[in-house]
Amino acid sequence: MGEKSVDKASLSMLDKAAQEGIETAWDRYEKQQPQCGFGLLGLCCRHCNMGPCRIDPFGEEPQEGICGATADTIAARHLLRMIAAGAAAHSDHGRDIVTTLYETAEGEAQGYQIKDEGKLRALAAEFGIPEEGRSKEDVARDLAREAMEEFGMVKGTLNFLNRVPEKRRQLWEKLGIAPRGIDREIVEAMHRTHMGVDNDYVNLTLHGVRTGLSDGWGGSMFATEFSDVLFGTPQPVRGKSNLGVLKEDQVNIVVHGHEPVLSEMIVQAAKDEELIAAAREKGAQGINVCGMCCTGNEILMRHGVPVAGNFLQQELAVITGVVDAMVVDVQCIMPALTQVAKCYHTKLISTSPKARFPEMEHVPFSERTALDTARQIVKMAVDNYPRRNKDRIQVPDEEMEYMAGFSVEAILKALGGSLNPLLDAIKAGQIKGIAAVVGCNNPKVTQDSGHLTITRELIKNDVLVVQTGCAAIACAKAGLLLPEAADQAGPGLSAVCKALGIPPVLHMGSCVDISRILVTAAAIANALGVDISDLPAAGAAPEWMSEKAVSIGSYVVGSGVFTVLGTVPQVLGAKKFTELLTKGAQDVLGAAFAVETDPLKAAELIIEHIAAKRKGLGLEA
Amino acid sequence: MKEVQIDVGRCVGCKSCEIACAVEHSAGKELFGAIFEEPQPRKRIFVQHAGEKSVPVNCRHCEEAFCVRVCPTGAMYRQGAIVLHNRNLCIGCGFCELACPFGAITRSPGSKLVTKCDLCPDREIPACVSACPTNALSFTTPEEAQRKKRRTLAEQMFLP
Ligand code: SF4
Ligand code: SF4
Ligand code: SF4
Repeated sequence: MGEKSVDKASLSMLDKAAQEGIETAWDRYEKQQPQCGFGLLGLCCRHCNMGPCRIDPFGEEPQEGICGATADTIAARHLLRMIAAGAAAHSDHGRDIVTTLYETAEGEAQGYQIKDEGKLRALAAEFGIPEEGRSKEDVARDLAREAMEEFGMVKGTLNFLNRVPEKRRQLWEKLGIAPRGIDREIVEAMHRTHMGVDNDYVNLTLHGVRTGLSDGWGGSMFATEFSDVLFGTPQPVRGKSNLGVLKEDQVNIVVHGHEPVLSEMIVQAAKDEELIAAAREKGAQGINVCGMCCTGNEILMRHGVPVAGNFLQQELAVITGVVDAMVVDVQCIMPALTQVAKCYHTKLISTSPKARFPEMEHVPFSERTALDTARQIVKMAVDNYPRRNKDRIQVPDEEMEYMAGFSVEAILKALGGSLNPLLDAIKAGQIKGIAAVVGCNNPKVTQDSGHLTITRELIKNDVLVVQTGCAAIACAKAGLLLPEAADQAGPGLSAVCKALGIPPVLHMGSCVDISRILVTAAAIANALGVDISDLPAAGAAPEWMSEKAVSIGSYVVGSGVFTVLGTVPQVLGAKKFTELLTKGAQDVLGAAFAVETDPLKAAELIIEHIAAKRKGLGLEA
Repeated sequence: MKEVQIDVGRCVGCKSCEIACAVEHSAGKELFGAIFEEPQPRKRIFVQHAGEKSVPVNCRHCEEAFCVRVCPTGAMYRQGAIVLHNRNLCIGCGFCELACPFGAITRSPGSKLVTKCDLCPDREIPACVSACPTNALSFTTPEEAQRKKRRTLAEQMFLP
């Protein structure tokens, strides 16, 4: 790795950290070098206690585990477990949202409302739930119950598969990988990867795709759709990004993690006059709620709440010395935060019974008392404000405006109510194709450089970019989510963006909101009467690190979209399995993975792929 | 002259040294590429298990090197403090392999020609030493290594 980050705000906080002797993920990354070769290559198995077993990557002995598992079996089993963990994370988040909707309908959730009744009724129709003449609460209760069923075992396959283009659905049926229940596929993945069950890397991979699909077209889709029902479907909204959104003269609360259930309430509580008065009393000008990671994305999509940064900036936010409270729920929260926060006044508060951190204060959160708990947390931040150490405060100036909120509904609205203008632009070659650039940060990559390099190169070549997650935050910080960024796009894309007043890079939400991208791709394929794999579309995860990204990769490729990975997955030591992922999958699923650590070359791969797909559709390259 | 020193008690048997050695002796010197090279690069350090312990074994670059003495072609030779092997002169008779008391010599993949530790001529610190996560391997002079042991002993005697 060269530079640590391309973000000046990150770099200035890293300088401060170095001066103050504080360790960050980058330091810990250095200390981990060199990383274990067996692990990097996916050649280590710990699935039973005869092991651990390792396979020699250079063809020497041993070439089998004690049970006889080969490199391909071991790596395929391990990747399937990663997919299962990722799918579990997204889907358990989805389950929480479903539960919140149910409790809201029952009148047992404090502070929540059904904000998008139209969407509720449309979903009810999709699920065959009668809605005419019934109250929204009644409809929501039945819909939530129906959704709960989908987590277990449904008769047949998941309901949202009705959104999938016919050809793709038939392919899944033929391959036997149409998901049959969200939890079921995850449980089966754990069963299959137990010692001595599924040892065939092809069979393991097929179930990996099915498990991923149960996330993309199941758990994640529920998370997105039901969040829209509860909190409103995002519409274009402006806000600010990067560490500069933290304000020296305000009580700063950073909400970090993934679910909107708590953060929505914190946003609401921070508007409470009494609490604002309390903040004034302590000498602050007001209460400033900022997001971090995907919880940040959830509230920025719906309220334009400022976002303080992406994954690798969580520690850096604390290092500014002005974060009075950092409230976390689940996923991507570094346990190292407790150590960093010890050096400042920052109060870290965990809230989920599923995610506890040693030495971190815990305020248990439940839907039933949501608003009270949110008020309590805001109060804790206000009370903490006077404890700041004035000598340790340094807030970077970097702050950039963004435009976000591009739900499928918002995109349709921007297009004037139908997909046709987008399809026409693609057919005419003004827009060559669509690429989804998504995923995390990873200290193996200079922070944000992967996301920015690929995105800039793609829009320059008239590829419309859609984003979610930490990739989207990277582009927000770089100003690429503004309509003005159309100037950096190629002439075709630039003209379309200017006509519609939209940015060339569309922020579609948090990581579970990749389901919005699936819905968009399916709608385009349906409108053209083709399979998703025929579309001039591609995916990229330039800085991915989490198991959730592995699940996403498997459902994106499983849905027929070519995907380029910017960090090397732990599989290369298994040669036949690697061949399957990067080549064989193409013949089976109509899409495969590529691994390319150079973001410019990755963009090139995508541009070539899009040109080839355009040719296939009879469009000019 | 620095040597690869081994602190047997610290070895956890992870074989990181073996992988790093093979990668260093590949054409590209990079893990993800090395595993696809033909011929496959070969390690020159071996983690040998003994009961519950493991011991990394590599060439000790002996002063009275048996391998050099038995080599009929001069392929195995001494250069200063290091014992090196010249592939071009090697006839693959394997006498050096027989002669080495430590099993430090191995054959190249798919051939009878031998290979052995060359102390990584392109590196300041040999690859195995840099890779060892527990510092079971270090690259120091024997004097320094012995001094360290004496220091530990002395501290044991006087510290409570
Ligand atoms: S499952 Fe097989 S390869 Fe894995 S640890 Fe057990 S014996 Fe070794
Ligand atoms: S190969 Fe064996 S005999 Fe030759 S120098 Fe090395 S340790 Fe000594
Ligand atoms: S790297 Fe170190 S700990 Fe691991 S096997 Fe080699 S000597 Fe032992």
